[in-house]
Amino acid sequence: MPLLEVNNLSVAFARYAGGFQRRMEQAIVGLDLSVEAGEIVAVIGSSGSGKSLLAHAVLGILPGHAQVTGTIQYDGEPLNERRIAALRGNEIVLVPQSVSFLDPLQRVGAQVRTTARGTDPTATVRSVFKRLRLAEAVGRLFPFQLSGGMARRVLVSTAAVSAARLIVADEPTPGMQAEDVNETLSMLREMADKGSGVLLITHDIEAALRVADKVAVFYAGTTVELAKAADFAGDGSNLRHPYSRALWQALPRNGFKPLPGTQPSQDELPSGCLFAPRCPFATEACSAERPAIREVRGGWTRCFHAS
Amino acid sequence: MLRNLCAFAGWKAIRLVLLLAAVSVISFMLIEWSPIDPVQAYIGADMLRVGPEQREAIAAYWGLDRPPAERFFKWAAALLQGDMGTSMIYRQPVSQVIAERFAASALLMAAAWLLSGLVGFAAGVIAAARRGRLIDRAVQWICYTLASTPPFWLGLLLLMTFAVWLGWFPVGLSVPAGVLADQVTLADRIRHMALPALTLSVAGIAPVALHTRQKLIDVLSSDYVLFAKARGEKGAGLLLRHGLRNIAIPAVTLQFASFSELFGGAVLAEQVFSYPGLGQATVEAGLRGDVPLLLGLVLCSAVFVFAGNTMADLIGRMIDPRIREGKVL
Repeated sequence: MPLLEVNNLSVAFARYAGGFQRRMEQAIVGLDLSVEAGEIVAVIGSSGSGKSLLAHAVLGILPGHAQVTGTIQYDGEPLNERRIAALRGNEIVLVPQSVSFLDPLQRVGAQVRTTARGTDPTATVRSVFKRLRLAEAVGRLFPFQLSGGMARRVLVSTAAVSAARLIVADEPTPGMQAEDVNETLSMLREMADKGSGVLLITHDIEAALRVADKVAVFYAGTTVELAKAADFAGDGSNLRHPYSRALWQALPRNGFKPLPGTQPSQDELPSGCLFAPRCPFATEACSAERPAIREVRGGWTRCFHAS
Repeated sequence: MLRNLCAFAGWKAIRLVLLLAAVSVISFMLIEWSPIDPVQAYIGADMLRVGPEQREAIAAYWGLDRPPAERFFKWAAALLQGDMGTSMIYRQPVSQVIAERFAASALLMAAAWLLSGLVGFAAGVIAAARRGRLIDRAVQWICYTLASTPPFWLGLLLLMTFAVWLGWFPVGLSVPAGVLADQVTLADRIRHMALPALTLSVAGIAPVALHTRQKLIDVLSSDYVLFAKARGEKGAGLLLRHGLRNIAIPAVTLQFASFSELFGGAVLAEQVFSYPGLGQATVEAGLRGDVPLLLGLVLCSAVFVFAGNTMADLIGRMIDPRIREGKVL
């Protein structure tokens, strides 16, 4: 049984488009994902593909006007509003995306300590700070006094000091030096090895592949592929979806091949497959109907042509 | 840190001296150009019985026959030695008049200031916490109404309602008439102060309430409150931990920076309620051309407002580390 299971999740925002016209903007469309205990699932995809919204949906901190459909299950039971309110901060923690998630008027040490569990929170914080090469004096600083890389490490430490079973890390590594990226990722790996599940949202495919067990590829608010990390190898022929392959081949060491076109904006999603307008293999069937997610060669994909 | 504070104090002192010099010169010039003739204002109804020689003698006695520049420098030189001159209308040293009046006004202004600060802050917090609900709209509506109400008109309304019709409060003055000074009780003083203080506080409520409301709404939709929620914090504890300090900054700044409006409001409120404070003395001094008293009051109010702004700066530094420790490691 997966620790976290997201099925057919959709998130839409009501938007007032001039006058009294109200329209729904689809931010996430039929998203599927699962995280087993002891495993790191990397979520990759370009900006605006719904990665951060997924994180906020899991933690139940989407804005009030968001309309959510589909199911999120944690430990085999639906993660409703009451349940997540009891679990977040204890069993489920978030590593947020930027320093703006720290209270500007509170010393960072005090903020990190709020998620620390165990008999001696102060000692826990001290040892995690040491591992992340943060001086003890950093705990007495205010967020505005941190450099970008330091702020990232402080944010990561909020999860590292916890005893959480599910860690949702929303882009924890950008702006960090290479050795801090390694330390952060290996800390996440350790937490996974101790039995926690980690949802690692990132832009950095190469770094993610070093520690992840599985990879979910997002495009325009949906999951186009769920693959094993090992499938990202060679020319990408093990991958099931043309977008995953294009993403892989766009990396500098894999040919640096850009994919023409851009991700469709949320208020003009195509009626068929969301990727069809940019897909080199698109047929008429692709623009007529959205492909359902199906199992292909041990992974999952949303493509009619995958085999 | 200590060096920072010393530099802060030094700069403030230089600015205060420059401010007072500028205020003195400008006020003196304005009085000079005003159509009010102090001698005529002093003599009043006896004008017909006082001949031109006598008027000249009075002018000479006050030194009004000297050129303006000479009079100004004489006044300034005396001021530097601590002598603010003698009030023409009260026949007392200016410093004594101001000290007496200030005691009465300070109590009034302090009461109004505290009232507007506490009520405004509480109203703002409640409105933001219940954003979009009935109470939020009620607070906003009341604030806009209060902000567009002239204080003296409100003072008259309060006077008519509570002093004349209901008879709960006295109509004017700061102590009951016909009672010996040592028999005036604290309760008497409070009863006399209630309506003017209420009038004066009303003008200050709206800005604090509306700014606090907006700031709290910003704070509640901020990333750090979102993260606090994600860490399991909620309700009043969250508000206390992350809200209070963040919303206190605009409220405190506004409240201390409002000393000027407070002083201006006191002039009107004291006039309406015949409350013998600084404001009333200022009006008297202006209308009757009492130059030494008016200049003394102007300087006093400048120091008062300056002190308010300085306190706002200091408290801002205390609350907000970004101002206090404005350096990055």
